[in-house]
Amino acid sequence: MDLFDILLSASFWAAAIRIASPLIFATLGELICERAGVLNLGIEGIMVAGAFAGWMAVYSGAGLWTGVAVAMAVGMLFGLVHSLLTVPFGLSQHVVGLGVTLLATSSTYYAYRLALPEVTSPPKIAAFKPWEIPLLSDIPLIGPALFSQTPLTYLAFVLVGVVSVVLYRTPLGLALRAAGENPAAVAAQGLSVTGLRMGAVIVGSGLMAVGGAFLTMSAFDSFFFEMVNGRGWICIALVVFGAWKPGKALLGAVLFAAFDAAQIRVQQTSLGADIPYQIFLMTPYVLSILALIAMSRRAEVPAALMVPFNKGER
Amino acid sequence: MTGAEAAQVVLRLDRITKRFDALTANDAVSLDLRRGEVVALLGENGAGKTTLMNILFGQYTADEGRVEVMGRDLPPGNSRAALQAGVGMVHQHFTLADNMTVLENVTLGTEPLWRWRSDQSVARARLADLVRDFRLTVDPDARVGSLTVGERQRVEILKALYREARILILDEPTAVLTPQETVDLFATLRKAVAMGLSIMFISHKLHEVMDISDRIVVLRHGRVVAEMATADTDRHALAAAMVGSEISAPRVAPGNPGAALLRLSDVSTPDRGNAPGLKRVMLALRAGQITGLAGVSGNGQAALADLIGGLCVPESGRLDLDGQTRDRWSPRVAVEHGIARIPEDRHKTGTIADFTLTENAVLESYHKPPMSRNGWMNWGQAEAETQAIIRGYDVRCPGPDTRIRLLSGGNMQKLILGRVLEAAPRIILANQPVRGLDIGAVNYVHEQLLKARDRGAAVLLISEDLDEIMALSDVIHVMSQGRLSPEFARGSMTPTDLGVWMAGHGFDEGLAHAS
Repeated sequence: MDLFDILLSASFWAAAIRIASPLIFATLGELICERAGVLNLGIEGIMVAGAFAGWMAVYSGAGLWTGVAVAMAVGMLFGLVHSLLTVPFGLSQHVVGLGVTLLATSSTYYAYRLALPEVTSPPKIAAFKPWEIPLLSDIPLIGPALFSQTPLTYLAFVLVGVVSVVLYRTPLGLALRAAGENPAAVAAQGLSVTGLRMGAVIVGSGLMAVGGAFLTMSAFDSFFFEMVNGRGWICIALVVFGAWKPGKALLGAVLFAAFDAAQIRVQQTSLGADIPYQIFLMTPYVLSILALIAMSRRAEVPAALMVPFNKGER
Repeated sequence: MTGAEAAQVVLRLDRITKRFDALTANDAVSLDLRRGEVVALLGENGAGKTTLMNILFGQYTADEGRVEVMGRDLPPGNSRAALQAGVGMVHQHFTLADNMTVLENVTLGTEPLWRWRSDQSVARARLADLVRDFRLTVDPDARVGSLTVGERQRVEILKALYREARILILDEPTAVLTPQETVDLFATLRKAVAMGLSIMFISHKLHEVMDISDRIVVLRHGRVVAEMATADTDRHALAAAMVGSEISAPRVAPGNPGAALLRLSDVSTPDRGNAPGLKRVMLALRAGQITGLAGVSGNGQAALADLIGGLCVPESGRLDLDGQTRDRWSPRVAVEHGIARIPEDRHKTGTIADFTLTENAVLESYHKPPMSRNGWMNWGQAEAETQAIIRGYDVRCPGPDTRIRLLSGGNMQKLILGRVLEAAPRIILANQPVRGLDIGAVNYVHEQLLKARDRGAAVLLISEDLDEIMALSDVIHVMSQGRLSPEFARGSMTPTDLGVWMAGHGFDEGLAHAS
């Protein structure tokens, strides 16, 4: 089976879309934060917390959608912590972000040990099942790839549209973007920069947590340590790759996921027998860096990204 | 307009006081603005004009006093309240988002946030009406970052008009405009007044204030020191009120030129984007002489300043310092050879805003004795030096430990001047040294430059202000499209003659016999 066969197989594209889904949620979350002017490095930890919270809720007897809501709420809680420290207090967004990641990750592991003190292998839950969309799922190649996914994947794609519309077609989106470009302009119109930025970080963090929950509730059916495995950091890069635009960020997420899905398959070919598997694990990241260099050269960074705003300072 | 209407007070400031740490920016300031009236708020840099307007607009909260709009109290510290009461402000530093379009900037915050749709077509039509009524031509879909400064100001005015402002406050609106743009702005303002708006015009330019205002309020050291009808006063009286005494421009005696300290022979530098590089420039800076460089901004002055300051090297041609050709050329080498720079942009390249006065004062000398020895800073020495500059150059500030961002432009410039002149430089590169300063500060800077010249320094004065060039320079060059005119002796050229060269005529014949 060579590369060409891989690219033409429906299972490959289905896998790519599945792998992309958590990235889409988290990238949208990060994008909202950064558009408002706040870099949220808490993303990695918030994804861990979301993965655990959603799974634990379902394991404790809640419905799947309740689990998603619980994950979102937990993410928003960490977003509240992050935004309180970075927006009204104006602390360093790097330090706070890394702090939130460490706090969210370790408190999640702690909660896991508290909740399941004696298990050796984590219990499984009944995760989301694929929804076959009638008719559309019968289209060759595209059908299995796009229309035989779990509902959370559909939600991710719908959210790309929703975030685009909100950012570019509503007064709220205009104010949010302006807060990331020139907060003084927002304040001069009597709008609250603090409110906009905190709101963006809280909602964005909620989406990151849903991205994490996708892993335990849709991709796998269990929670284990290290399962987020740097996906959060990839999403930070995807925001840059997407030039802070939802549509392009979606493209980037699918592209990265396709690299990832491809490398797993190439490992199983005759090529994979000769080359150490770590090389394959590396390729999506290397290719992403190359794509990032190509794509983000001309991107317009939000002008006030990482610049705290203090009203009345001279 | 009937008498009753004319007398209606639309805006009243009542005993406003505001302190920043040890600095009292406004001290019990009271003033009234009536319907259909232009009131000019006049004062030196640091007199407290901008602070006062920021209080009115809710950016700062006053420590004492109150603001009344249309007879109603305005809640302090609330920008929204001032907007809703019909007050629109055009800030000196625009509050626009560069990456967004004109239309987006104008509509920002005008619709309720929680709506699924933004009514762009209605907004577009309203904006088009305003553009037509006030002749404020600007493309609604242009990215603000791509507009000229004059166009951005129009966007700021449109923003205020779009919000149905009845009171327009303009903070130093002409500081960034060309003379033609200023004429257009004044036409727009007169239109606005004719439509019943009231205008508060903040400035330190006397002739503009005389030109546009009905009434003038003069602010000095945070207090109102005079209030008069424009018709009853003149520029001299205003200037005296502003600085507290009659001011006299420095008398300029001709210099006593010596040897050429710095000589450029046939020097070219690469173009930078839209800004031309130097094109085979011949220039000699002589000891004891002020060389004036006239020209419309963006014609290669920046390239010349960067070259002399060591920020770039010649692409071709020769740079001689004290008769020796320099191959190794950097800012450090330039400073070591006694070249001092008064940079064009004191905020961006002249100072570091969050550093103290002391730290800023030693930016060019920290690396050598007596400011540091064996890699250790001698802060005692640095502070003593700063104290000397503060006293010697009349820098008004709470003390050497103040962060420099708290100082007004004029006082910042005096500190830079002190830093430059205390090093006893042999060559002084003064790039727009008085831009944005009030008359008192302008005269002070000029006096100091003349003193340095008489001490034997070679001064290169780069300015867009022809009056300044003609008043101070011993010899004059004109720059156009990166080319440098021959040297003209003081008094040999009229402004019209220089204008011809500024427009780019005369160069082909002139190049051959440049000094």
